[in-house]
Amino acid sequence: METLAVQALTGLASASSLFLVASGLTVIFGVSRIVNFAHGSFYMLGAFLAWTLVSHAPLAEWGGWGFWGGILLAALAVGLLGAAAEMVILRRIYRAPELFQLLATFALVLVVQDLVLLLWGADDKFGPRAPLLRGATEIFGLRFPRYDLFLIAVGPVVLGLLWLLFHRTRFGILLRAATQDREMVAALGVDQQLLFTGVFCLGSALAGLGGALQLPREAVTIHMDMAIIVQAFVVVVVGGLGSLPGAFLAALLISELHAFGILVLPRITLVLAFLVMAIVLVLRPYGLLGRKPEGPPPATEAAAPLPGPAPRWLQGAGMAALAALLLLPPFLGEYPLILLADFAALVLFAASLHLIMGPGGMASFGHAAYFGAGAYAAALLARHLGAPMEVGLVAAPFFAGLVGFLFGWFCVRLSGVYSAMLTLAFAQIAWSVAFQWVEVTGGDNGILGVWPSEWARGRLAFWYLSLALCGLGVWMLRRAIHAPFGMALRAQRDSPLRAEAIGIDAFRIRWLAFALAAAMAGVAGALFAYGKGSVFPSSLDIPRSVDALLMVLLGGVHSLSGPILGAVAYAGLQEQLSRLTDLWRLLLGLVILALVLFFPGGLARAFYRRRGA
Amino acid sequence: MTPVLQAEGLVKSWDGNRAVDGVSLALAPGEMLALIGPNGAGKSTCFNMLNGQLRPDAGIIRLGGRDITRRPPRAIWRLGVGRTFQVTATFGSMTVLDNVRMALLSHARRLLGLWRPARHQLTGEAEALLARVGMQAQAGRPCGILAYGDLKRLELAMALANQPRLLLMDEPTAGMAPAERGALMAQTAGIARAAGIAVLFTEHDMDVVFAHADRVLVLDRGRLIAEGAPEAVRVDPLVRQVYLGGMTG
Repeated sequence: METLAVQALTGLASASSLFLVASGLTVIFGVSRIVNFAHGSFYMLGAFLAWTLVSHAPLAEWGGWGFWGGILLAALAVGLLGAAAEMVILRRIYRAPELFQLLATFALVLVVQDLVLLLWGADDKFGPRAPLLRGATEIFGLRFPRYDLFLIAVGPVVLGLLWLLFHRTRFGILLRAATQDREMVAALGVDQQLLFTGVFCLGSALAGLGGALQLPREAVTIHMDMAIIVQAFVVVVVGGLGSLPGAFLAALLISELHAFGILVLPRITLVLAFLVMAIVLVLRPYGLLGRKPEGPPPATEAAAPLPGPAPRWLQGAGMAALAALLLLPPFLGEYPLILLADFAALVLFAASLHLIMGPGGMASFGHAAYFGAGAYAAALLARHLGAPMEVGLVAAPFFAGLVGFLFGWFCVRLSGVYSAMLTLAFAQIAWSVAFQWVEVTGGDNGILGVWPSEWARGRLAFWYLSLALCGLGVWMLRRAIHAPFGMALRAQRDSPLRAEAIGIDAFRIRWLAFALAAAMAGVAGALFAYGKGSVFPSSLDIPRSVDALLMVLLGGVHSLSGPILGAVAYAGLQEQLSRLTDLWRLLLGLVILALVLFFPGGLARAFYRRRGA
Repeated sequence: MTPVLQAEGLVKSWDGNRAVDGVSLALAPGEMLALIGPNGAGKSTCFNMLNGQLRPDAGIIRLGGRDITRRPPRAIWRLGVGRTFQVTATFGSMTVLDNVRMALLSHARRLLGLWRPARHQLTGEAEALLARVGMQAQAGRPCGILAYGDLKRLELAMALANQPRLLLMDEPTAGMAPAERGALMAQTAGIARAAGIAVLFTEHDMDVVFAHADRVLVLDRGRLIAEGAPEAVRVDPLVRQVYLGGMTG
């Protein structure tokens, strides 16, 4: 009984920390409609800045004032950084499609990761204990950290302050108005830019405060950003995007579930939060306290016409490329062949996501789930049944397609950010299974010895196999896009109303497209696994999903040539940069930012423009 | 003769307000029936219940004697009901021809085709439909750049793709120049009469209503207040009071 009570208190303390971060994210989303991946980076910056401030002179010598001053200063500094990011980058792309803003914020994540590494080094940092709150108090005969008691109070206090800000100040009332109707507020002559900069400042400062307050509690690491952003997403989505009380409620729910989950079901703690998110979104599609967004969903790039047969120069270029891919490899060394095979798998991976995002008009933040499902299908068959590569390659699309069929049923009912968040949740569930079901999947150690059959073991043979399968996959996707099925998919994207009125069951079409894309991603995943000889949970983690997203967005969603170009450009860039410098994330992030700012239509589009086609 | 469309006692409330309060109507095969009423009379609500977009709180809707009350729009379409919208809804990323082809593919139940390119299917049929509404010259144009009147005609062609026995047209001439309205409605009426298709339409433009409707239903505050031939409705004192009051009859 006592243990339970203390566990509940621990949950409350975590809930407070989580709420601080999530509140910033939800406020930013509410006003700007930007899903800010970089929010976790601001959290991490808050923690690192606080560490620097409080453990160095002069603040370190000022005792309690120095510590608490340092925490607040760090939050303030992060707020200013957020405002700067808004002014320099995000302001320029509010008119760009939703997903491009996402791309920009993800580029920021990469940049901040390397900057933190550069400035602070890779080792973990430990802050001092908080003055006045050292040690523990006895509660129900058990020792409970005083600092956690303090944190428990912080959450409600911040919620209260935010409530006052939103209801008692002009700035807050304008923010609420902008959350409900951005155009109307602009029409009333309110300076939008100032409002947006302000909201980014506020939201980032909250993230920074959340990070800084972790200092006495846990080590400051360079992986904090990814860990927190996923949790914050879950909280914000479960609570209802843009709803502060919702975020508070969700933070409580998730944290308490986690605190007790560890006692009862330690094996599935990682899955638990995402399971809750999936259940909440199925029952209440707009979160616990969220409301259905009014009016039609923001227009996707519906107006882009279906590209007809590729222009002659592109056909020519494609043919030349294919010839080169067939004829040159015998003269290439081992390493380029490995790279080429990887690229082939990534091209198919990106092309499969394109089906969902381009013609389908849906977004997936969790496409790696199906890439990983294919990889694990092959690896599990090899490990447990000793199945050869041929069996694995056949089984992969079926297994991945089945997973896509199952997950897709939930994801395609919703639209926009909510649907994307569900895909993220399911991908995390899949990842957690791979990570925690050690007996079957080997957990973090992965599955080794997933080698191709004898005839395909040579690098050259494996390259031709990859080229054949990925080429076949891309070709089938292209056929599907131009076949009645693909047209129906576009139709429901262009006008759900008209599609329904001519007998198109949009749900069914989207669902099948999701499963088809999953199956193709599965082929890519299996090839990737055989190419590497092993599978790890990282094959279905978030960075891999983001890779796919970046490849498609970089290339452009308008035509299938987009993801192909995007995959090659992205993977090639990553490869080149990582060979050139340790700071490849920084450079990659800057390159992505440049692309987003200067080619908001994607590479393929820029290419077409240049050609005047 | 069984009515094409029959509604009995339709009711729909919004927050306790009865937007539609016990409306019953019947449409004979080939008949052109206009549903009119002042703003807020419940026309759109009524219309959206008939086409399946809204679920009525009470009442029954029958199509050729068959209960379709809780069917979704796509199921009602499959039973032979074509629709046009007040604000045109077409597939903006496709050509005019592909828009019509889409409706034909759906009618032919070929939507799950994954292999044969759509552009090789049903082209002749799609062109024929476009010819019926006088749009064959525009077949290859992206429908995102069409003039509004042409979009309306495209919608009509799509609505005809499933050889409907009933057309539901919500404000078919809304957003068009007065001169164009008459022409579009005359064309619609001509096509419908030639094919024996019944038409139920809502309309604001009284000239259009009196020129083309066989019969007129007048809705006010959710209830039917008058029904009859255009000439009879035009002189109905109650109608003049609530509806035509400010206009020259």
